[in-house]
Amino acid sequence: MSDFWILLTGSLVASCCGILGAFLVLRKMAMIGDAISHSVMPGIVIAFLISGSRDSLVMMLAAMACGLLAVFLIQLFQQSGIQSDASIGVVFTAMFATGVLLVSLYARQVHLDQDAILYGEIAYVHWNTWTLNGVSMGPIAVWLLGITLTVILVVIGLFYKQFKLCAFDPALAAACGIPVALFHYLLMGLVSMATVSSFESVGAILVVGLLVIPAATAYLLTERLSVMIAMSAGVGIASTFIGYGVATVLDASIAGCIVSAAGVLFILALLFSPSHGVIWKKWRLRRLAQ
Amino acid sequence: METLWRLIQDPNMQWIFLSCTLLGLSSGVIGCFSYLRKQSLMGDTLAHAALPGICIAFMLTGTKSLLFFLLGAGAAGLVATFGIGWITRNSRIKHDAAMGIVLSSFFGFGIVLLTIIQHGEYGNQSGLDKFLFGQAAAMVGSDVLTMSIVSLSLIAVCTLFFKQFKLVSFDPGFARGLGYPVALIEQLLMFLMVVAVVVGIQAVGVVLVAALIITPAVSARYWTDKLGFMVVISGVFGALSGGIGTIISSLGSNLPTGPLTVLAATALFLISILFGPRRGLLAKRMLRLKVARSIDEEQGHKERQLEGGATL
Amino acid sequence: MKNHLKTAAPLTIEGLSVAYQKKPVLRGVSFSIEEGELIGVIGPNGAGKSTLMKAALGLIPRLSGEVLIYGKPYRQQRRLIGYVPQRESVDWDFPTNALDVVMMGRYGHLGLFGRPGAKERRLAMECLAKVGMADFATRQISQLSGGQQQRVFLARALVQDAKLYFMDEPFAGVDAATEKAIITLLQELKRQGKTVIVVHHDLATVEEYFDSVLLLNVELQAYGKTEQVFTQQMLQQTYGGRLAFLERGGNARLAVTKG
Repeated sequence: MSDFWILLTGSLVASCCGILGAFLVLRKMAMIGDAISHSVMPGIVIAFLISGSRDSLVMMLAAMACGLLAVFLIQLFQQSGIQSDASIGVVFTAMFATGVLLVSLYARQVHLDQDAILYGEIAYVHWNTWTLNGVSMGPIAVWLLGITLTVILVVIGLFYKQFKLCAFDPALAAACGIPVALFHYLLMGLVSMATVSSFESVGAILVVGLLVIPAATAYLLTERLSVMIAMSAGVGIASTFIGYGVATVLDASIAGCIVSAAGVLFILALLFSPSHGVIWKKWRLRRLAQ
Repeated sequence: METLWRLIQDPNMQWIFLSCTLLGLSSGVIGCFSYLRKQSLMGDTLAHAALPGICIAFMLTGTKSLLFFLLGAGAAGLVATFGIGWITRNSRIKHDAAMGIVLSSFFGFGIVLLTIIQHGEYGNQSGLDKFLFGQAAAMVGSDVLTMSIVSLSLIAVCTLFFKQFKLVSFDPGFARGLGYPVALIEQLLMFLMVVAVVVGIQAVGVVLVAALIITPAVSARYWTDKLGFMVVISGVFGALSGGIGTIISSLGSNLPTGPLTVLAATALFLISILFGPRRGLLAKRMLRLKVARSIDEEQGHKERQLEGGATL
Repeated sequence: MKNHLKTAAPLTIEGLSVAYQKKPVLRGVSFSIEEGELIGVIGPNGAGKSTLMKAALGLIPRLSGEVLIYGKPYRQQRRLIGYVPQRESVDWDFPTNALDVVMMGRYGHLGLFGRPGAKERRLAMECLAKVGMADFATRQISQLSGGQQQRVFLARALVQDAKLYFMDEPFAGVDAATEKAIITLLQELKRQGKTVIVVHHDLATVEEYFDSVLLLNVELQAYGKTEQVFTQQMLQQTYGGRLAFLERGGNARLAVTKG
């Protein structure tokens, strides 16, 4: 049974991240995803101190607020003339440092250990269940991720057109009267939400892996945005299954194996993609030369 | 105040203080070049990429020696930099995504190795994961010594090759024209960054080490337009952050050095962005007001002239 | 109301100033254009030509001044405007095809939740055909040549079905065939009574292409009919002596010298 819950959790994380990751990769904001996943830390700790639990709406909101604050600060510094890379680096380290400091200060109240922050504990996901009227409803993480995925699907589904145009040509989007900034922050809010709900299972750094790697893999395989999004989620889910299998054999970190599997799938796409693969491109060039 | 005085007299504390200050100084100096080469996040990437290198070094040698860790991390960093370059050159993937891919897949692989080490039969493993989160206060005498020596050598190399680093950061094409071995110098800079990062990881941890490279350099940019001054200011800011971080953390029991060092650097950054001459927000706000006023005045002047012309 | 729309100029700009950081990029620019003309915006690099367009479209904040489209602020008149940004402003590796890019031009008309459907597809195909790109509708955009990409952008502006068009350097880096196709299209737009403002670089073709010319170098240098404004003296003033006039066979030819 635990296999089932772990795979389900992993697949849900992969779907949430894959869908949003496609937009991040296309908007050249992969490292912003990285920044958000680290910046939600103080939000999580503060929410923990207020609500006393790990799985609450308060935590989701506080973390989203922190994610959006990070994005806002990064943009503010960028506009004041700091290189985008540097402003990302300054902001996320400062917020992560605040989070770590809070964890150490309130170590007794906050049961978050640093290992979990960095690489999650998906293996224990099925222990943390909730009950409704005495009936066990399954792991909380699954519910949390399920809700997040639903929100993502609804928002992206309703405003697909706007997100697409903002990603491709923000100037035209603005000229068409689409509130570009609003959709930007909406996307960033969704990324924060996905990060928080995935945080516990796979940790801060591996969330980035699932945001960026499957989306980049899909980017090498298709020429249509809608297909790219679906494929990105698919590659993420495939990585989850492969990674979990390998982790069981090697007795190693599940989250680590999932991301490594995603890395291997990316390398395969990079080499063998029919349209963009390095090998095919070389082969075609050679045929042309003959 | 008394506790502070007692701490300052504590020799163990003095050593840690010294090494953190030196670490901040050298990272600040190196960070300037990576900022000017628009590679700020490379420090972050290298820190994450170092993990599998460190793990492999440990698996091969079975010892926790900083030298082997440096070699392993250096090799991993080299592979990571090469990987990012290769991906961006050979596909439509852009630089940021390539960095994200390499950073997270290396780190993921590193975590796999780390868990294998923890579950395996390596005797001396217990400290390896602590190494990742940084524990300046737990450093022993030999660590402190190595760290100080490495930091000092980093600064020495930067002083020695200042001219070359400057030109390569500013205009690599021109440097190539002058006959400089640009690729070699770039590799050297990258290697210095790997060294700074690996040493820094020990004090502040994988995630936060990026701040030591980035934040002082960005702050220094606000105070000067000259590279020479910028390197010095950045080094001073780095040293100050390291020093302040160590002192505050020694005042309480639950105060980790790493985050405090980073937050001290952030505080210096905020001061710089607000009050920096010419580039700071305050200076800019004043300038903007001045420009708007001068344009208004000009308009007004012209209109008055026109009106004057009409009445004549 | 209708009367008002008729009398108001397509674009009126009053005292527009824009500054990036400390340097004013546009200073006190005021002019009003006439309906149904092709207007060239001419000036040296850094004169604020693109900035003028972006400020008129509300894409960047302005320091002072007022922009009116047919007598009303831009916000209320969005649908009357078509915009062709510079070709380099977007990432042509985006996973989409030519037809899809053209359909994006309809997004402003679709409302909050509307989705592009058969009607949008038909309109987009028509516009692609107008720019001679019907055969490339399903082609991935990164596989198009520079000229073809520019034509796709034009088709996207056409499908917006606007009355006033802003085009930022549509002739930059395109082949001769595309340049010809574009200018034919612009003339067609003019025949339909539409107004087109074009940022333009090639001084040699100004007299041939445009009815009116707006000379810009941070400040407005001159605005008027091409034959009156596009003179050696005015150009000298706009380009500040960086202009060489090459007399060849009685035909005055212009070239901008570097400097």
